[in-house]
Formats: sequence, C-alpha cells, structure tokens
Amino acid sequence: MNRLLNLVAAQPSMAGCALENAAPASVAPEAAARDTDLLLDVKGLRTWFHTRDGIVKAVDGVDLQLRPGEILGLVGESGSGKSITGFSLMRLVDHPGRIQAEYMRFNGRDLATLSDKEYRRLRGRELAMIFQDPMMTLNPTLRVDTQMIEAVMAHSKVSRKAARARAIEVLGMVGIPSPAERLLVYPHHLSGGMRQRVAIAIALLNEPRLVIADEPTTALDVTIQGQILYEVQKLCRETGTALIWITHDLAVVSGLADRLAVMYAGRIVETGPAAQVIGAARHPYTHGLIASIPSIGTRGHTLFQIPGATPSLLDLPPGCPFQARCYRATAACARDPALDEVEPGHWVSCWHQGLSADAASRVQEPGAGSVGGNGELAGTGS
Amino acid sequence: MSAKEPILSLHDVRRDYRQPSDMIDRVGRLLRGAGKPPVVQAVAGVNLAVMPGEVIGIVGESGCGKSTLGRMLTGILPPTGGEIRYKGQPVSSLTGAVRRQYELDVQMIFQDPYSSLNPRMRVIDIIGEAPVVHGKVRRRDMEGFVAGLMRKVGLDPAYRFRYPHQFSGGQRQRIGVARALALNPSVIVCDEAVAALDVSIQAQVLNLFMSLRHEFELTYFFISHNLGVVSHISDRVAIMYLGRIVEIGSTDTIFGAAHHPYTQALLKELPVLRTGRRQFDPIKGELPSPLDPPAGCPFHPRCPHAMPRCHTERPLLRRIGPTAAGGREQGLLPGEEGASTADTGIAERETEHLSACHLGDAPS
Repeated sequence: MNRLLNLVAAQPSMAGCALENAAPASVAPEAAARDTDLLLDVKGLRTWFHTRDGIVKAVDGVDLQLRPGEILGLVGESGSGKSITGFSLMRLVDHPGRIQAEYMRFNGRDLATLSDKEYRRLRGRELAMIFQDPMMTLNPTLRVDTQMIEAVMAHSKVSRKAARARAIEVLGMVGIPSPAERLLVYPHHLSGGMRQRVAIAIALLNEPRLVIADEPTTALDVTIQGQILYEVQKLCRETGTALIWITHDLAVVSGLADRLAVMYAGRIVETGPAAQVIGAARHPYTHGLIASIPSIGTRGHTLFQIPGATPSLLDLPPGCPFQARCYRATAACARDPALDEVEPGHWVSCWHQGLSADAASRVQEPGAGSVGGNGELAGTGS
Repeated sequence: MSAKEPILSLHDVRRDYRQPSDMIDRVGRLLRGAGKPPVVQAVAGVNLAVMPGEVIGIVGESGCGKSTLGRMLTGILPPTGGEIRYKGQPVSSLTGAVRRQYELDVQMIFQDPYSSLNPRMRVIDIIGEAPVVHGKVRRRDMEGFVAGLMRKVGLDPAYRFRYPHQFSGGQRQRIGVARALALNPSVIVCDEAVAALDVSIQAQVLNLFMSLRHEFELTYFFISHNLGVVSHISDRVAIMYLGRIVEIGSTDTIFGAAHHPYTQALLKELPVLRTGRRQFDPIKGELPSPLDPPAGCPFHPRCPHAMPRCHTERPLLRRIGPTAAGGREQGLLPGEEGASTADTGIAERETEHLSACHLGDAPS
C-alpha cells in the first residue's frame, strides 16, 4: 500500500529533490524545503580499515541527515560501527582507516574536501565531540580553567578574562554548582558525573552547530545519567545545537532523540522518527533490540535473545549482514537489501521488513498501547 | 538442610576503611589537633537473610557499598564489624573443612570479563583448576568435566584450549560463569555481571543465569545498578544508599509500591522505551561523600520530602504496608532478640516490605 502511494507521489517531487523523492505528495513541499536547511547531509560514508588481514569495513555506506536543533540517536551493538561513524565525521580516524563519502555536507561546506588545517579550525568550534570516558578527555595534569580557557582562546581572539567568564557561564549551563570554584580544581577532584559535565561544557564552549556524543552516560549512574540527559535536552532546545547521541541502549535515547538510526555491521538498517522506530519497528534486528531489554514486565519469562554475536567485519558474506542471526532470514537475504521508505521518513533495509508479532498485536488492539502519545510502551519494552 | 533456614545471613555487618597514615601524618594530626583520621563506612550495618533458592537484587549508585557487601559475602573481604553466618554458623569461627565448604559453596562472578580472567591461562585451566585442586574432579577427568560445563553455559568445548583474548565479551562472561559453576556452589554472587555487555548479549547471559538457576537450584546475590535487569531477575530487591539498606521488599512491591523517596527517584530515572519525548526531572545532587555522611537521614540533602526531623534523626528500617499500623521499628532478623520468632517469621519475612524513611511514620 505504502509503496503504491510512494510510486504515485514520486512524480511531482522528482524535480524538487532527489533525496526525498519517495515521500508522499502531501509532505513533498516540506521535504523540499527541508533539504536546503539541513545542517549535516552525509551520503555514502565509508570508513574502511586497510589492515594486513584484509579490509575491515567498519562503516559501509552510511547516510545521515540532521537539521539544526535535532537530536539523532545512533544505536547499535559494540562493533556495529556507530563510534567510527562519529569519529569519521570528526575526521579522527587514523591510518590504516580511510574515510570516503559521496559527499559530507556540513553547514554549507563539504567536509570531505577540507584540508587538515581547515578541519582543525572546524573541530571544537562548529563540530564538537563528547567521549565516553571523561577521564580520558580531560588532561589530568591541568586545572579545569586552563583546559577550558585554552579551548576558547584557540578558536576566537578574546581576552583571557573573557574566556574565563565564558567558561564559568558554560559550566553553569551544564548544571555545575558554584562554577567559579570548580574552575580551580583538577579533574581528579571531581566525581564521574561532574567530570562528564566538564567534558560536555568544553564541547559547548564555542557554541558548536553539531555535537557528537559517544556513549557519554554509559559509565555513569542512572541518577547522574538522568541529570545529564536533562541538561543536554534543555541545551539543544535552547541553543539550537544539533546532537548525535551514540549509544547501545535504545531505552536511553528513546526519550531523548527526535530520530533514531539503528546500525548493524557498519550500515544503517533502520532509521526514522523515534516514535516510529520504537513503536512500529520494521527491521528484525530492531525487534530483537527492543525485545531483549529486561524489565519488570519480562520477569519470570525468558528474554528474547538475538542468537550469536556481531559478525566479524573483516570478510562479511554478501547480502544482508544480519541474515545469520535473523529469525526471518530466507534465501532472498543473500542479496543486499535496499533502504526502503516504509512510512514518510521511516527507512528500513530488509527483504522481510514488517512489524514484530508484539507490535502487530498492539496495532490490532488500539487500547493496549497507543503509538505516538507520550506514554511508555506496553508489553515487552517497558 | 531445612528450606526455611537462611543459607547466608548478615547481622549488622560493617566495613570501615581507614586511610593508612604514616608517622609524619600522625604527628601532623597531633600538632594540628585534628583528631583521628577519617573513616569511610563503606557498609554501615546491614541486616539481611539470603534464603536458599532465591534471587536477591541489590541496587544502588556507585559508592553505596553494594560491591563491598558482595565481597564480604564471598569471604574475599572480612567485615570489620558484625557477623556473617553461613547456615547459621558465624563465618569467622568456621575452621578446616567447614570453612572450605563455605568458601566453595559461595562463588562470585565479576563485572569485567576482561580483567577477571587470567590472560595467560587457557580456558580449560581457568574452569578446571579449582575443582582439581579441591579434589572434586580427578585431573585425568578434567577435560571431560570442563567440556560438559562449557556446553552448559553455551560455549563450544572445541574452544577449551584457547586463551581468554580469543573470545568476545559475552563468551568471556560465560567462561566466568562456568568457572563459578565448576565448584558446584549453592550461592553465586554476581557483581554487575552483565553491566559490561551489549543489550543482546546481556539477554543471552540473563537467560543463561535463569536456566542455570533452575538446573542447579542456585541462589543468586545479584548486585547491579541497572534496575531493569534487577527487576527482570530478582525475587526480592534491596535498595542501598551510603552503606545501608534503605528499602527492601519483593520485586513487585518495590517496583509497584515503593515507599522510600530514593527508590521512587531511582524508578523514575529508569530508562524505559517510550514513543514520546521524555520530560527529564532528575534527582538533584550526587551521593554524598561517605567520608563525611550527612547527619540524620543520609538521603535528606537530595530528598524532595525532607522534614526537619530528617536532618537530625536517622530513620531505621521499619515495616511498611498493611502491617505497619504499629509502626514498629526493627531489624531484619527477628532471630536476634528472640529465637522463638525465627521459625514462624520467615514466610512473612520473605515478602516483608521494609523502608528506612520518616515519611508516614508517626513521630515518636
């Protein structure tokens, strides 16, 4: 049904934009407008590591689009290439890794064509990154003020005093009490949550257009995680900074992100609005991720488990990378599935895409759990 | 062994840490008149009975003493106060064969599958060493024994001559599980055993825990900061804060009718799948330093319901729910005062809901 609609709708929007041409006619004008004000538009990102044993395709054809102020949750298991995607956007991939892309447009420029020197100016000013372990990002031998003032003065010609004032302002923004005093301490004086706040503050110092956060709350307690998610959500809303939140925990980003992208073996297998991906997941891998979250609702039952482990990216067999672990796999999966748009903005790469048995039963009984509301999901997820 | 007797019980167990001080430090303190060096109370008086066959979940933020508690249960770390009893006998007084039996009967699975396995030992030795040393298995039967265990935990026995670095994180955690099972224990202390794993691998290991539990009639002492995991696996949940249990009850009670404001705040922070944007309303502040715990209720600086009384008086664990009419304050183990209640109180105790909070408590 949807495909039919798409085919009919494809004609008028063809001229407008090539990327969004599968969108139904009703949203086509909006889609055309959207294409021009994209902050980040990456197509065909491939980061391959040319090792002695062969080519490791850590990221293999990833497309990303992000508008200002939008939060994208990039979800995947370890080894799915989600962190390398983030590093590639920052051009932080060392030899033997090579970054290639059809184009990587960011704020009107193509990142792929920038020289290392230009990139260096961009990093920390327009593009910033928050890493998982704040102890690794902060220099243990320098006081917090030294590190923050340095970051301000590296990118703009301001006085040391103004830089310090800016540092205090940003520390206050991320919820650090008495920021002026905290500036004078060394990182080891701070708790893990405070350290991560300082790392976030450093990333925000120069008002970047895009922040890439690589599992910034994984090492933190739930209470501190809640505080950081709260601050981040507030900051994105207030400053219009776009955010890519990389995580392996679907539950963490489901309440935070506007859109989700699920990665598997270096590819995006499903992407769409967060409510769509969580409430009406179409890819069997996403079904598995959702159903394998333990909760009070699953108590006493066997958890759904995705069999096996992530495959080695060294020589992936052709076709769908998930076929060996998939409960819907058939002979058709030996060919590469294309990324299809199943709903407006909701793309799935699977030959057997469709709702999981749980989600389908929810749709049949509308009372059981409505999708799109502010509620938590009934059944497996919550 | 009677099914009603706790297999392990903790009686006012404490663990203090003192910073070692040298001569200069001591003289300096004397001159400054600074008094005794500060003491960190990692565990400050915990009463708990672990029944055979149950799964107890211990939840708390990092620094609340939950791992220290687990280490004391296994005997890795001696308590500095109070008593741990194994099948009714104080562990500190056990000697010889009984002590050995306790040590073998209580095994542990660690958080980090990378650092808890010796990288220079092959899997067959990691799993098989202890049972051979303790005379449970003869050396020439070791290979078959290890192969059987590896099959149980879902590893291919063909990999028995490999080293830990040749396995993925989930597989390594399975090796850790097999190593703990090798001694045929009745209690397994899992210290954040699934925290380092991906969600899909975590589901596999959790399912493994549950199937092993039924097969070997295991008791789990499941330490985790992840409420989702704990709610899935536990029969009973204890919430720890700053070295003390602040609330304990059956899983359904804790997740359905939590009493303590800290538990309620934790539950609110629990990340759940949702289809709408979440309004974050986090609890303020961080765990206070155990070097200088707040007076009164340790949670009062972060508590939304703090009353003047909370600043001065530390609430004790008391019974919540229909039986709370008396508002009787008591420890977890009625056997302490009168042994006569121990026999009858257990069935009740297993579902008992206790909370350490002044809320709803008539001022005494």
